[in-house]
Amino acid sequence: MKELKLMKGNEALAEAAIRAGCDAYFGYPITPQSEVLEYLSREAEKRTGMVVLQAESEVASINMIYGGAGCGKKVMTSSSSPGVSLMQEGISYIASAEVPCLLVNVQRGGPGLGTIQPSQADYYQSVKGGGHGDYKMIVLAPSSVQEMADFVSLGFDLAFKYRNPVMILSDGALGQMMEKVELQPHQERSTELLQEWATVGRTPDRDSNFITSLHMQPEQMEEVNIHLQNKYKLIAENETRVECVNCDDADYIIVAYGLVARVCHNAAQLGRDKGLKIGVIRPITLSPFPTDYISKASEQVKGILDVEMSAGQMVDDVRLAVNGKKPVEFYGRMGGIVPTPEEILAALEEKLVGGK
Amino acid sequence: MEEKVMEAVNAEENICVPENLIYQRPETLLDVPMHYCPGCAHGTVHKLIAEVIDELDIQGKTIGVAPVGCSVFAYQYLGVDFSEAAHGRASAVATGIKRVMPDKYVFSYQGDGDLAAIGTAETIHTCNRGENLLIIFINNGIYGMTGGQMAPTTLPNMKSTTSPYGRDVQTMGNPLVMTDLIKQLPSVYYITRQAVNTAGNVRKAKKAIKKGFQYQDLNKGTSFVEIVANCPSNWKMTPLQSNKFLEDQMFPYYPLGDIKVPEKEVK
Repeated sequence: MKELKLMKGNEALAEAAIRAGCDAYFGYPITPQSEVLEYLSREAEKRTGMVVLQAESEVASINMIYGGAGCGKKVMTSSSSPGVSLMQEGISYIASAEVPCLLVNVQRGGPGLGTIQPSQADYYQSVKGGGHGDYKMIVLAPSSVQEMADFVSLGFDLAFKYRNPVMILSDGALGQMMEKVELQPHQERSTELLQEWATVGRTPDRDSNFITSLHMQPEQMEEVNIHLQNKYKLIAENETRVECVNCDDADYIIVAYGLVARVCHNAAQLGRDKGLKIGVIRPITLSPFPTDYISKASEQVKGILDVEMSAGQMVDDVRLAVNGKKPVEFYGRMGGIVPTPEEILAALEEKLVGGK
Repeated sequence: MEEKVMEAVNAEENICVPENLIYQRPETLLDVPMHYCPGCAHGTVHKLIAEVIDELDIQGKTIGVAPVGCSVFAYQYLGVDFSEAAHGRASAVATGIKRVMPDKYVFSYQGDGDLAAIGTAETIHTCNRGENLLIIFINNGIYGMTGGQMAPTTLPNMKSTTSPYGRDVQTMGNPLVMTDLIKQLPSVYYITRQAVNTAGNVRKAKKAIKKGFQYQDLNKGTSFVEIVANCPSNWKMTPLQSNKFLEDQMFPYYPLGDIKVPEKEVK
């Protein structure tokens, strides 16, 4: 009964959205993720009646999300790095107003207009805020086409459970590459499911519902902030996800997420072939970050190498987790270049093995 | 003479009975003090929206979108579900709402800075897609909430805190007439420009707002109701002076009346 298909990551994500009972998608074309909008434009409305609208900009699409998601519907958008930058204002409002929704960033190399090749340089933007104010998204980092699909319904579940925006932080390679994917069965669109907080038309038994992030009294605004921070703490306790491969006997650990984690598995294998015991820790949730897990894992190893397709962003969080107990080194490629297993192993040997 | 006066002020009689009721606060207008300045048009337009919602009996089917600007708190005064949008994004937010709740009545309420400066793109594209919703556009030619800066609709030579010597059209551009832009878009169903400075104009404005809601039953496109409004505080005028300024300066530049009406009504 397994439904297996060979699909691009972007298409698998779009198909998963239809199957997850998504009510609406608002988006704007940008490489390397335009297949999401294209696929949904072709497939979604005729199959489930899902709304698909090409907005005039990412600024408009994130605000359509704010409106649609404010009605308690399952609403999503996707974009790539420059487009996600344009959405940051809206994401801040969404987080403050506690509107559940799913956002996807198929990252490309930057800064600026950058390139259309894969990158992981939007880590800070995704997990440290991005927009103004103290807020956090839940950030899921897929490392395969399968996870591009699976994280859609997981993302919606988490978004509604905590009334919080969820981001799938992918990259241009995962979006474009084709892999085997097992598709989940169709879920009914729960269009009649009414959230008690949503703007769906006031009923006589209640006061008006507001979706707002405006609180003019500082005491009230602080209360909202305290509520949000408590929620983020709860999310960190309940929802931190991490994958660990060959860490039990490891002398060295590589920490990497997304596409690069897969390259690191190969690097670790190359190392083991040479007698170096290397394990790989892959944070699946980047926010909340698996701080405790990495902290504990670091105790039994000689050193940790963080590998990213960036100048080194997640490495800050790894260093905070390890807290100086063990050396944490960094290796990265930028601008759309994916590192090879050989160069990662060479970096580990040079920075951690050779030096000690 | 003496006896008649006694009759008229008979203190014993209770006149507060339903038969004598000729006017009351619309149910949708919440019984809370508004923050608007004395003489400001916002309060009047809020009341008209509330009356229309009551008359159409759509309080439970209406979703409003408030802007950033003086009317940012519209949701505290009107007893319907409301979304408070970021500056300029009200019509995009309204689009998102209407698309997922097509059977609801959706309106955005936006000022000139919101709708015609920072939100111009969203306004034009919402109208160009013919989103089946009502945009209420309060045009008072100035930024109210931030304290009287120049708006896209500030008149030539009009003084503001950021055009202290008057709006120089050579360097600051001419006032943007939004209805001129959107009347060219086939998907806009209804465009009108009204005011609330006189009793007669209030009545006409109410009719226009009512149409903007009723037309949503037809699913024929966007309704755009502009209200040319005053801003006594930031115009540095008394309410009466501001009404005179409306007549003398604003209406000649922004003439009142229908700009685009459904074909059936053209006769």
